[in-house]
Amino acid sequence: MTSLMALVVGVLYAAAIYMMLRRSIVKLVIGLVLLSNAANLLIFTAAGLHRDAPPLVPDDAQVPAGLVADPLAQALILTAIVIGFGVLAFAVVLIRRAYEVVEADDMNQMRDTDT
Amino acid sequence: MNLLVILPILIPLAAGALSLLGRHSQRVQGALAVIGGIALVISAVALLLATWEQGHIVSELGSWPAPFGIVLVSDLLAAIMVLLSAVTGAATAFYSLGSISIAHRKAGYFPLMHLLLAGVNGAFLTGDIFNLYVWFEVMLVASFSLLILGGERAQMEGAIKYVTLNLVSSALFLSAVGLLYGLVGTLNMADIAVKLGEVDTGMTTVIAMLFMVAFGIKAAAFPFFFWLPASYHTPQVAVSALFAGLLTKVGVYALFRVFTLIFDMDDPLIHQVLLWGAGLTMVTGVLGAAAQFEFRRILSFHIVSQIGYMMMGLALASVSVLALAGGIFYIIHHIIVKANLFFVSGLVYRLRGSYELKQLGGLYRDKPWLALLFLIPALSLAGMPPLSGFFGKFIVIRGGVEAGAWALVAAALVVGLLTLYSMTKIWAEVFWKAAPEPAATPASGSNTVLYATVTGLALITVVIGLGAQPVLVLSQAAAEQLLNPSLYITAVLGEES
Repeated sequence: MTSLMALVVGVLYAAAIYMMLRRSIVKLVIGLVLLSNAANLLIFTAAGLHRDAPPLVPDDAQVPAGLVADPLAQALILTAIVIGFGVLAFAVVLIRRAYEVVEADDMNQMRDTDT
Repeated sequence: MNLLVILPILIPLAAGALSLLGRHSQRVQGALAVIGGIALVISAVALLLATWEQGHIVSELGSWPAPFGIVLVSDLLAAIMVLLSAVTGAATAFYSLGSISIAHRKAGYFPLMHLLLAGVNGAFLTGDIFNLYVWFEVMLVASFSLLILGGERAQMEGAIKYVTLNLVSSALFLSAVGLLYGLVGTLNMADIAVKLGEVDTGMTTVIAMLFMVAFGIKAAAFPFFFWLPASYHTPQVAVSALFAGLLTKVGVYALFRVFTLIFDMDDPLIHQVLLWGAGLTMVTGVLGAAAQFEFRRILSFHIVSQIGYMMMGLALASVSVLALAGGIFYIIHHIIVKANLFFVSGLVYRLRGSYELKQLGGLYRDKPWLALLFLIPALSLAGMPPLSGFFGKFIVIRGGVEAGAWALVAAALVVGLLTLYSMTKIWAEVFWKAAPEPAATPASGSNTVLYATVTGLALITVVIGLGAQPVLVLSQAAAEQLLNPSLYITAVLGEES
């Protein structure tokens, strides 16, 4: 399972970088979406995969019985998803405004501020 | 809970929230900016004094014991950085009162400015690596919105590059945090430092390099600096100054923190990468500036160049304490001077309506006072004694000599000379040569607040220069704390660790 997830994460990173290297600003944003999701899946995988083992403590115990899935990693991912969603919403509005102002979906026409 | 540590985050958050509520009243927003700025400076001074007396101040949020909950930690470096951010924030708030238009204020300028300061201070004070990521994002979202306030074409183009590269950096940072958590199972930085010493795999180097790239992008180090000169000259000048003073320095601070506390500086790979990064950042930045003929673009490239000096201090830290102290001194000097130079460029724009050196001139005859106010930070940036920049460069280079890093010392000296060339270029074009015909008409309105802000920051530069000894003592104490991570670890985790 872990190696399959590792493969998925790798493909996501590769796809994200490929999309971001395109000239279209729409593809740029798609690349950013993929990149943040790749990072989330990486945390999920790196923290260890345990199926069917929710981190629940039985009534009469202080610690959960046996190996359980790590809830902290999932909390991190939730936080990262929320932040990523907000930032991407901003990025989508930004490329829309940029498209209106520049009248092109092409990074090559956005070189005025470069040096 | 220790109130002192959390106040520098709470004050701007509260000021921002209240400012948002009072967004229909200019008077409320202005008053909140001034009160928030002054309160922030007071709390930062109190924090620095307390940290100086007690060593590390630790606050466990929600009283969850470390390493399980999030901790805020103030050591000397963090307290110094918070004070600098407070001074820059207060100066920006004053300057904004005289320079930000009603339209921009209605678009939410002041709440965003407060939010940015909260994010920056949070990043300086947190002792939890994931919390650091969260504060970075708080800071980034506020900076994105400030950058595009006004919505002009140049701002949009600059913002796309700024947003993309900073989001890439965040994703890399997050990936590194995930891998680190998988390796040691904790997020508390002190706890990571302890546990990482117990695992010995090649993975540590991979994670260290991911952090290096992520923070390198934020700090605008070579070869990741391209977003900075593409965007910093596009927004309102108060925003440029705030960014120039603080944002890249958060990246530098994170490098200082992570590579002294968590990772081993004696690792030859980390050492070499930092050394080369420092040298190349200095040189490319200053060469970029030499090719520019727009006031704020020149200054933007100099930010990049100056980051190199701070990295040089960090790179040589394992060999020479003095170099690290010099790096910290340099940060103190740089934040004040750089923000001030941007403020001066804004004043020039108010008087002449342009940032292009070609269209400027004759200001020395018309405004000799402004010319003096430019010369102080400009000569300080170039490293002229007795201003603050001289001592910053002197200490870093002295550290370099102690460490025997001759190539880097030579680069630092040449870059200092080229910085002087850049500043002379601005001086000759903007202040010395005759005004080109026809001279542009100045913007209406009083400039008193702007002059007051610039004068205040110039005075701080002179004071740091004339009173360099106490600042050096402070920097050395901060450097010794950084090089002795066991102090930080005991302060956070308690004696038994």
